[in-house]
Amino acid sequence: MARKSLAEKPIPGTIMFDGKMAQKGYALNKMCYSFNEAANRDEFQRDEDAYCTKYGLNDEQRAAIKHRNVLELLEAGGNIYYLAKFAGIFGLGVQDVGAQQTGMSVDEFKAKLLAAGE
Amino acid sequence: MAKIIGGLSTSHIPAIGNAISREMFEDEYWKPFFDGYPPAQQWLEKTKPDIAVVIYNDHGLNFFLDKLPTFAVGAAPEYTNVDEGWGLEPLPPYPGDPDLSWHMIESLVEDEFDITSCQEMHVDHAFTVPMSLFWPDRSKRPVKTVPVVVNTVQHPLPKPARCLAFGQAIGRAIESYDSDETVVIIGTGGLSHQLDGTRAGFINKDFDMMCMEKIVSDPEALAKYSIHDIVELAGAQGAELINWIVMRGALTGKVSEVHRNYHIPISNTAAGMMVLENQA
Repeated sequence: MARKSLAEKPIPGTIMFDGKMAQKGYALNKMCYSFNEAANRDEFQRDEDAYCTKYGLNDEQRAAIKHRNVLELLEAGGNIYYLAKFAGIFGLGVQDVGAQQTGMSVDEFKAKLLAAGE
Repeated sequence: MAKIIGGLSTSHIPAIGNAISREMFEDEYWKPFFDGYPPAQQWLEKTKPDIAVVIYNDHGLNFFLDKLPTFAVGAAPEYTNVDEGWGLEPLPPYPGDPDLSWHMIESLVEDEFDITSCQEMHVDHAFTVPMSLFWPDRSKRPVKTVPVVVNTVQHPLPKPARCLAFGQAIGRAIESYDSDETVVIIGTGGLSHQLDGTRAGFINKDFDMMCMEKIVSDPEALAKYSIHDIVELAGAQGAELINWIVMRGALTGKVSEVHRNYHIPISNTAAGMMVLENQA
């Protein structure tokens, strides 16, 4: 018998990037993977819409890219390691991304991390 | 035969790479982190291993979701580090050791670990940051390397019990390699952290402390967790703990702890490092 899938025992605030999400987000993640190369980051910045079309993003993914919204990007199948390359285009690090997802200011998010060490 | 002298583990947070480039060793934020490393560097100067086998996870530099191995072993003459997209300065290549790589590949498959072999491989920050921390002169390459990549990107990830067994198979492979060279095993990543979702910023000091104890005295206890347990207890990216478990598996049954450091936070992560010495 197949073991119970991870998706059947959700952890609050956590999206398991499993086969279902990997299929859903394939085009989005493939586009973000391309951002390893500077020439591709430049091409995206010159014409975002055209670049999203080139990688075949669906409407949900295009909207999430337009909104620069990490939770929407995750919901659309984005994987955080590839999304980090998208965020990097705008000079955003993981603390900016963490703050955005938790609805905190970056300073509040940093304070939360510091508090975890006490 | 080749001899494994011990194991090192460390977090591999990208921000560390930038902090090293900017030499922020005495900076108030960074000092409690960097102060943990001189004892490891001194241990390496004393023991002078010839080869480092580095267990880490690729974050979308070498592997994409089109072809994503669960376990992969590098078999290249050298490993290149290139742009990861968010501003870390690429470092010069690292020398490989194809003879040891192919011995490991043959031994692992004989041992029923059907790994993916890679004759070309880019190594990302999860490989380069630990190398820079342990061998701080980044212009020199004092050891040959064999990268071993574990999937922590896409579920299902390999079970902790399987990771411990994989590490044990790596240990058997190295210790059956016809050479008088010495080897250090490095496991990178962790400890608790989560980057994605509304639980971003999750850190679990108690769980990390327990893991650092058990990695020395009772790795079987860590192997009993499921991946789901580890994601819940250590955060989504805290699952990188499995790289530490592979490292520990490659060591002998008994190890002695030479040094450890633990500091919260570096970036979004509880940063941990350990130096373990093999007991005969």
